[in-house]
Amino acid sequence: MSYRLNYLEELEAEAVYVLREAFAQFQHPCILFSGGKDSIVVTYLAAKAFAPGPIPFSLLHIDTGHNFSETLQFRDELAERLNVRLVVGKVEDSIQRQTALEENGPNANRNRAQSITLLESMESFGFDAAIGGGRRDEEKARAKERFFSHRDAFGQWDPKNQGPEIWHLYNGRLNQGEQFRVFPISNWTELDVWEYIQKENILLPSLYFAHQRPCVKRKESILAQSSYLVPHDTDELLDLTVRFRTIGDMTISGAMISTASTVVDIITELKEMNQSERGSRADDFRSESSMEDRKKEGYF
Amino acid sequence: MVDTKDIVRFTTAGSVDDGKSTLIGRLLYDCKQIPQDQIELVQRISARKGLTDIDMSLFTDGLKDERAQGITIDVAYRYFTTEKRKFIIADTPGHLQYTRNMVTGASTANTAIILIDARKGVVEQTRRHSFIASLLQIKHLIVCVNKMDLVEFNKDEFDQIVSSFQDFSAKLAIVDVQFIPVSALNGDNVVHRSENMSWYQGATLLHTLEHISVANELNQIDFRFPVQHPIRVDQGRVQDYRAYAGKVESGIVRVGDEIIVLPGNQRSNVKSIMGMNGPQQEAFSPQSISLELTDELDTSRGNMIVKPNNQPEEVRHLSAMICWMSSQAYVPGRKYILRHTTNEVKAMVKSILYVYDMQTLKRDEEQAALQANDIARIELQLAGPIYVDEYRKNKATGSFILIDEQSNQTLAVGMIS
Repeated sequence: MSYRLNYLEELEAEAVYVLREAFAQFQHPCILFSGGKDSIVVTYLAAKAFAPGPIPFSLLHIDTGHNFSETLQFRDELAERLNVRLVVGKVEDSIQRQTALEENGPNANRNRAQSITLLESMESFGFDAAIGGGRRDEEKARAKERFFSHRDAFGQWDPKNQGPEIWHLYNGRLNQGEQFRVFPISNWTELDVWEYIQKENILLPSLYFAHQRPCVKRKESILAQSSYLVPHDTDELLDLTVRFRTIGDMTISGAMISTASTVVDIITELKEMNQSERGSRADDFRSESSMEDRKKEGYF
Repeated sequence: MVDTKDIVRFTTAGSVDDGKSTLIGRLLYDCKQIPQDQIELVQRISARKGLTDIDMSLFTDGLKDERAQGITIDVAYRYFTTEKRKFIIADTPGHLQYTRNMVTGASTANTAIILIDARKGVVEQTRRHSFIASLLQIKHLIVCVNKMDLVEFNKDEFDQIVSSFQDFSAKLAIVDVQFIPVSALNGDNVVHRSENMSWYQGATLLHTLEHISVANELNQIDFRFPVQHPIRVDQGRVQDYRAYAGKVESGIVRVGDEIIVLPGNQRSNVKSIMGMNGPQQEAFSPQSISLELTDELDTSRGNMIVKPNNQPEEVRHLSAMICWMSSQAYVPGRKYILRHTTNEVKAMVKSILYVYDMQTLKRDEEQAALQANDIARIELQLAGPIYVDEYRKNKATGSFILIDEQSNQTLAVGMIS
């Protein structure tokens, strides 16, 4: 036997260590479950970390109301299969309470409102830490994230004033009203996630694999046709064979033309492809630092 | 096929003037690790700045304020993969006031890259970075003598820098030092061999990184298993499953091994090991596992499971090198929380033996205050025992952080020696 771990085993061991630290250090942590592959992998890792016991966290889904039906179905089935409690915070409720505003205009979406609903939900369910699938390779603001990332009483991230995080001694001590975000797969790249999904045979929503659907071609982006989308004059309606590389709300998740219908196909495609993962996310396009700005406000 | 590709974590310290961001940008670019859309974005920004070539440093500078100020103010992590390895870069700022960030970046690294400007040679910043790498016990140092294009790729200039670095590094605890003449701007000896320096017979930076031996750095001798938390499962039968979750910080453990739990010296044997893919017969560092014991012991988070014939030292006093991390200064007499592995104990600074002058690296025995970025040797008194090894033998059981009880901030990080 060789006493060495390969890169996927080392990343897995690190993520499990972080999940266990979150369980041990916080009173009431939850997993922020978006229905995307990263939060699915985190949930799967949590099942391993506490086996043969149950996952000791609730899944918290922030629902913009603009969901792919596949995501919701997958979410409910996963929660049932893993016997884990699912709680949902609805952006619609925040809008009703007028704590969040509905965006207007041609590119209206509920992405920013999500941050408000997240904070309201954490407060109402009493969560002091939210474990997410964020990865440092996704985006330049995320490259500076800690594993245990502090949020002040307003849920804000202060990137210039982050506490030190040395070795793997994570400090999750909180003052009243403060919270943490925890990112167990910080050090994973998109390709690592897919290779792990392959190795572990992890089930994913069908949206990740090539399928035919009615789409809207808008400038460089392809979006799924839905009633939530505000039509533009220049939109082209097309029936395309596509897959989604990241899955969020229907109005911002860009599709890509692809025939990759299995995990192996996707890995091959990723290795050949030369576009960054969030390249098709309409929300990141708004400005060069839009992720950083949203994170400061409390975005995951 | 079993993929044996491993991970190498390296840190790069330096400022924009050294060409550090350019070097990392060049490394990623020449390894074809930068997506086309990002290249186009950087091309647009470079053109807007009136540059004819693309500014490689723009691939790595992240936050708004950094882009505005042109400096790196926090550790940024970056990733790339080659056929041989996966690399994690902790990219840290190099200025004096960011010593703490350098310490952070160095804490998880196997290798440190030190950049020297060929025109300037070994300067104060070079010595400071090397000193921190040595303090954090980084085993491999790669000294890149950059901007060779600005000294006409002259061998003598390079040799002189190597020799003056060696004079100084002989005093450091670094085992393996390699020197590479590069031009990050043009890519000489970064990923591709330079055609301008035929006198240099050594490897490129990438080749060096791909072949550094990191496997033997893990301590696979002294078994140390700090308990993260118990796992209890009611299986509805007579005997419930009751195990201890944790990470094997060092050493190897096998089913049947006799163990001892610290504190308390309770003895038992390993009944089962639950790994990531079910039960396994043995476990080694850095695996995350759950250990089930043959006896029901009163064991909880903060305890450490070890072997009876190989135990860490029980201490109530510590002598340690620390780096003060917080802008909140040290207050004499104040009680802090010392976090060591998964354990916490109250602590008080008994004395400050000396503080390093980070410009001269000389010891100042008169200084009684500790402020952000200070590196000092101190003595601590603890409210209860902890179980430690020397940092140079075991990073996990030889390190700790000091947390302020009221603000909950991490104030300092320490290495036991």
